[in-house]
Amino acid sequence: MADETTDQGPVTTLATPIRLDFDFTPGVAQSKFLRGLERGEFHGQRCSVCGKVYVPSRGSCPTDGVPTTEDVLLGNSGTVTTYCVVNVPFAGQSIEIPYICAQILLDGANLSFMGLLQEIPTDQIRMGMRVEAVWVDESELTPSLASVRYFRPNGEPDADYDTYKEYL
Amino acid sequence: MADSEVLHAEHRLEYPYSRSTGPIIGAFLTALRDGRFVGATGSDGRVIVPPTEYDPITSDDVGELVEVGPGGVVGSWAWVSEPLRKHPLQTPFAWALITLDGADTAMLHAVDASGPDALSTGTRVTARFRPAAERIGSMADVEAFEIEGGAS
Repeated sequence: MADETTDQGPVTTLATPIRLDFDFTPGVAQSKFLRGLERGEFHGQRCSVCGKVYVPSRGSCPTDGVPTTEDVLLGNSGTVTTYCVVNVPFAGQSIEIPYICAQILLDGANLSFMGLLQEIPTDQIRMGMRVEAVWVDESELTPSLASVRYFRPNGEPDADYDTYKEYL
Repeated sequence: MADSEVLHAEHRLEYPYSRSTGPIIGAFLTALRDGRFVGATGSDGRVIVPPTEYDPITSDDVGELVEVGPGGVVGSWAWVSEPLRKHPLQTPFAWALITLDGADTAMLHAVDASGPDALSTGTRVTARFRPAAERIGSMADVEAFEIEGGAS
């Protein structure tokens, strides 16, 4: 190519990136959850009316409409309520496929959240499996879910279906 | 107490889309990269700029591409006194519907003018292209239009 400005061939594609920059303020309740992650702990909040423990808490009970003011420190283990094995590659994927995306009900919590499950072949995952959080090194802990590297089986017998059937 | 501090973070959500331009829009963008404007000839003889891929009346393929501009006439406009980060100019400017010489339809672009008093319907403007090395085949290859005769 002698001259790049005149010998580039016709334009066939057009980059049209869409970008949204925004400031995120998680609020008091989620800040407590995120501060807990910074210490390698899961923190939730209990509703004073129904007694349910939410993690992460949004600061109020969606059922009773009251502020959740009681802070609860949850355990490091939980139960897989349901899961999905991801086999489909997509743009921006950061984890090697196949991997397991699981809904995890932490011990003491009444709300499951999504976590990455590792250290188990994808054909051995099952509902009710008992798992534990594996954290990043202490020096790398941040107020972010990135502090949790993944969950892995903790070796306990599977949980009884009745203990998590309300959380599917 | 550190625990009571409410956190704050800057987030960015971004999708790096790219689109196929097709032969007509592609020709328009290629012309922009060359520092020119082209329009498409419709079945009624009108010249459509930017070109559409299909005739707006018959839905047939459009006719031949013809060169238009780089001068034109402001049809209507809106003054932007406080430009946003994504705007083409970071100084106050006008969004204007500009009918390029030889075209029968108006095209939206920015006019770099000294103030709203400098513009009126019928004001003649001309395109200010970016330097050739910076042009990539994009509407932004035209940095802005400016008022003809340097009256901006």
